[in-house]
Amino acid sequence: MSIPVGNADGLTPHRLLEDCPPTPSFVEMRIVIAKPGLDGHDRGAKVIARSLRDGGHEVVYTGLRKTPEEIVRIVMDEDASVLGLSTLSGAHDVLVPAICNKLREEELSEVVVFAGGIIPSYDHDSLHDQGVRAIFGPGARTSEILEFLEVASQRIKSGQPVGIGENSGWRWG
Amino acid sequence: MAMGLNAPDLLKSALSGNRRDLSRILTSIENGSSFEVGTQDPWTLGVTGPPGVGKSSLIGRLISSWVDRGERVAVLAVDPSSPNSGGALLADRLRMGAIDSGDSVFVRSLATRNHPGGLSSCLSPMIGCLAACGWSRIVIETVGSGQSEIRIVAFADKVLLVDGPDRGDTVQAEKAGIMELADIIAINKSDLPNSQQAADSVRSAIGLSQVPQPPVHLVSAHDGSGVDELLEAIESCSGSHLRGRLRTRERMLSAWDSRLLDHPRLNEVLDAVETGSITLDEAVESLK
Repeated sequence: MSIPVGNADGLTPHRLLEDCPPTPSFVEMRIVIAKPGLDGHDRGAKVIARSLRDGGHEVVYTGLRKTPEEIVRIVMDEDASVLGLSTLSGAHDVLVPAICNKLREEELSEVVVFAGGIIPSYDHDSLHDQGVRAIFGPGARTSEILEFLEVASQRIKSGQPVGIGENSGWRWG
Repeated sequence: MAMGLNAPDLLKSALSGNRRDLSRILTSIENGSSFEVGTQDPWTLGVTGPPGVGKSSLIGRLISSWVDRGERVAVLAVDPSSPNSGGALLADRLRMGAIDSGDSVFVRSLATRNHPGGLSSCLSPMIGCLAACGWSRIVIETVGSGQSEIRIVAFADKVLLVDGPDRGDTVQAEKAGIMELADIIAINKSDLPNSQQAADSVRSAIGLSQVPQPPVHLVSAHDGSGVDELLEAIESCSGSHLRGRLRTRERMLSAWDSRLLDHPRLNEVLDAVETGSITLDEAVESLK
């Protein structure tokens, strides 16, 4: 039932769509999937957006080349509870902290932030310290991202810290 | 996500210009709360048309022109929810151009969810709220492919129908019943061949009707040609009494639907009809 992304062997686009996760009957969360900075590759972001939709979430996709200010404004206007950042350009160590800071400045501290794309493991700790709760790379399964969102949702409901402006101790995986 | 503030505080904050709290109010309305915001008369435009004709791109152009004139523009962009997962992919805003860079534009994506009677029960309060918060141009965008979309767009005071070249027969648009509701028709993609032909065939189709004909504009969201003229037409359009009546009728039908679908005995009566113990007419009588 899980959907591999990235360069998993033997995977065809049709498989991706057939293997959709089971079907909840209510809306889970509102999620913004964003492409910050000068990065023109959004196939991954679109696969993620589609699979989160199939997981019962309402997903707003921003389109390419958004500034941190634009992304934070979209999160605000859409009243999203989760922001997923897809970056493959290598600028994650500048753009992601800029977005996290801007979210806190705008008093959007409860927004859950996760990241994906090409983010080398030696950069993970510094992003987690910024409040990013999960980082998914090539080969990550969309079912795992849905599991992360399920846990994040449980933490929100039970009042445990998970937002970008809350105690940054907890991280996925 | 309205946490920490109660409804009156949220409303006060939104009315004083807090964008985040306005956004939270819209969520509460979507989730069924009610907000009283006075009787400001909102300026609303419904934009509809088949998938892929360039509604969002054209709205992006209109937004830029409005913002240049000092208006504050709010867009409610409606997309369908997946009937399987209940989720939705909301991607209208990515085609609206430079909307994310200014304080004068507010775009909210809405999924149809599986509300009884569609989104219609929360559209009016949302529009009221946006107008009270100083948004002087409110646009409702929806794909015009079926009855529920017509009902959504009927909540606007003016309706713009967007179509494009090479979409086959205009009978398709007439079948959907949206042409009768349109105050203005725009044929987008005038930079492509056959757009003139599309405009001509729409003109000839609406020419057969007894209703006063809406103007047909050839525009290009791609290169901007015709957009100024379209904007003028939208601004000066006063609507017609007949179309106003049709829209009121659609609003009433959706209110009626919501009432029916919210009825506490709905499932019980459905069961009875399904097993044949009562007729459809008796079922409707008993749910009155």
